[in-house]
Amino acid sequence: MFKRIMLASDGSDHSLRAAKKAAELAKLNADSEITVVYVIDGQTSKEDVLHNPNRTVVEEKRKMRLQPVTSLLNSENLSFKLEKLLGEPGPAIVDYANKNEFDVVVVGSRGLNGLQEMVLGSVSHKVAKRVKAPVMIVK
Amino acid sequence: MRVGSHQNKLRGVYLNTTTIKEQWFGNVKGDVLAGIVVALALIPEAIAFSIIAGVDPMVGLYASFAIAVTIAIVGGRPGMISAATGAMALLMVTLVADHGLQYLMAATILTGILQILFGVFKLARFMKFIPRSVMIGFVNALAILIFMAQLEQFVDATWVMYAMVAGALAIIYLFPRITKAVPSPLVAIIVITVIALMTKSDVRTVGDMGKLTSALPAFLIPNVPLNLETLKIIFPYSLALAIVGLLESLLTASIVDDMTDTSSDKNRESRGQGIANIVAGLFGGMAGCAMIGQSVINVKSGGRGRLSAFVAGTFLMFLIIVLGNVVVQIPMAALVGVMIMVSIGTFDWSSIKGMAKTPLTDSIVMVVTTVTTVFTHDLSKGVFSGIILSAIFFVAKISKVKVTSTFDVAADRRTYFVKGQVFFASVTDLIESFDMLDTAKDVVIDLTHAHVWDDSAVAAIDKIVIKLRASGNVVRLHGLNEPSSLLIDKLAVHKQEGAKLSGH
Repeated sequence: MFKRIMLASDGSDHSLRAAKKAAELAKLNADSEITVVYVIDGQTSKEDVLHNPNRTVVEEKRKMRLQPVTSLLNSENLSFKLEKLLGEPGPAIVDYANKNEFDVVVVGSRGLNGLQEMVLGSVSHKVAKRVKAPVMIVK
Repeated sequence: MRVGSHQNKLRGVYLNTTTIKEQWFGNVKGDVLAGIVVALALIPEAIAFSIIAGVDPMVGLYASFAIAVTIAIVGGRPGMISAATGAMALLMVTLVADHGLQYLMAATILTGILQILFGVFKLARFMKFIPRSVMIGFVNALAILIFMAQLEQFVDATWVMYAMVAGALAIIYLFPRITKAVPSPLVAIIVITVIALMTKSDVRTVGDMGKLTSALPAFLIPNVPLNLETLKIIFPYSLALAIVGLLESLLTASIVDDMTDTSSDKNRESRGQGIANIVAGLFGGMAGCAMIGQSVINVKSGGRGRLSAFVAGTFLMFLIIVLGNVVVQIPMAALVGVMIMVSIGTFDWSSIKGMAKTPLTDSIVMVVTTVTTVFTHDLSKGVFSGIILSAIFFVAKISKVKVTSTFDVAADRRTYFVKGQVFFASVTDLIESFDMLDTAKDVVIDLTHAHVWDDSAVAAIDKIVIKLRASGNVVRLHGLNEPSSLLIDKLAVHKQEGAKLSGH
């Protein structure tokens, strides 16, 4: 039933917990596919470009950041692909989820710290409110 | 990663089919809206940076108009916003104080000429020699200097000033929760200005800091004597402005590249920055460059094309002409609040968070760059001290040569194994690792894991070989890689019969 699964991830501990739940859902269906989505916002762009010599290294670092999630999915032998989105996390995830037909969207309850959340608002809240597919928020 | 190659292909297509028309009119709605948002966000910054530089607010506003519009036409990175900036304003403080506005205009034009030369000679590629820790130190120093420049506004200030700054900051950081359609710094400025006018508060306003005329900029050639004396005064400033301006512009271009997943022409951007500064200098503006914060706002607001920078510049000028008499009534407290936000946004907080994981020498370079800049108030001095220090650290790290030796009793042969980079910084250690009075009949120097880099290295090897020969050993070099052996063939003297060391 959950064949096309979207997993929003930034490599944080919260997103790893979300990945575990996404993996459990994926295992229910033999031909399931997980799309791991990583959103690069302006702040991330700025930090990554400032700290790394060129784009190749930036992209490699980003892949490394997602490694806890990708190695978990690899070890479970699940089929998945990575998708990089640009923009603010909330709207970008909502937009991508609604443009592609997913059976379920899995997000962690929190990725940002408290202060950022106060200013930017909660990503999971936006996703739950605006994504048309069923949403699983992992605490 | 599957997605990686897919996007590279897309990027290629984008580049091949991108025409001037697309760069201008490929995203009209997004560009116009974003341009308006950026214009609104630019006004307070352009005024505040003028005040940092010690000139009338119009100088920064004219510069922002001239630079934004010119760069829209000639820049190499569509979607990036350039205008009067803090980094540049900080560099011109003493020039303005000692020699006045006309010399600043002249220096701005010379800055542009230098930047065009940098672009023509494709110096953007030398950016890679600037270590990342220097760039981070540069950004952090910029943030600290912008913050420190605000402190003088607090001298002799009443509690009203403190309350207004706090109020401005609260609006700036909390208003986006309500809507992001209007830039929150602008809302802060409007609210604080209204409060100041209603309470008839006598806090300092923009009008107290300098003149503001509601007129279009006019073409004028700076009124300075065209002689060597003038050049001597402005050249050091122009060079520093040119370098810092390009540094920040190319960094910003890379950030916009990443945010939009496209690429840009860095040399064209260097030339464009130069042309924009010449235009600014001829229309009564101060030197500027690309702005990280404004470019991020532009992209976030949907700006992608050249039109966005063009709209930002023209709409800014329109607002100043229409609202000039309102702008002079903005309390300085509101601008100080905006500048504190700019400095918080500019500072690279991840460099503090990540310090435990960063190599110690990188952190030292970052801190030295920051501290040097903050104390000299000169971003270019900070960058140079950072580059020099990291070069020294690099040489120190790479100059460790390891020499081990084995002795074959049967053959009466000693073999030295040299491992590492043999060059000017490592030759002393190398020579000291050899026993010049060795009694073995044969001495083999195995350089399989070494690389011979320069004439100092060859001279050192000469010295070792010739001294060992003098003690009656038969010396042989072994395992040289090709570049090393070519260099030795070219420079070494020990191969000649009866070679002696000259002058040793």
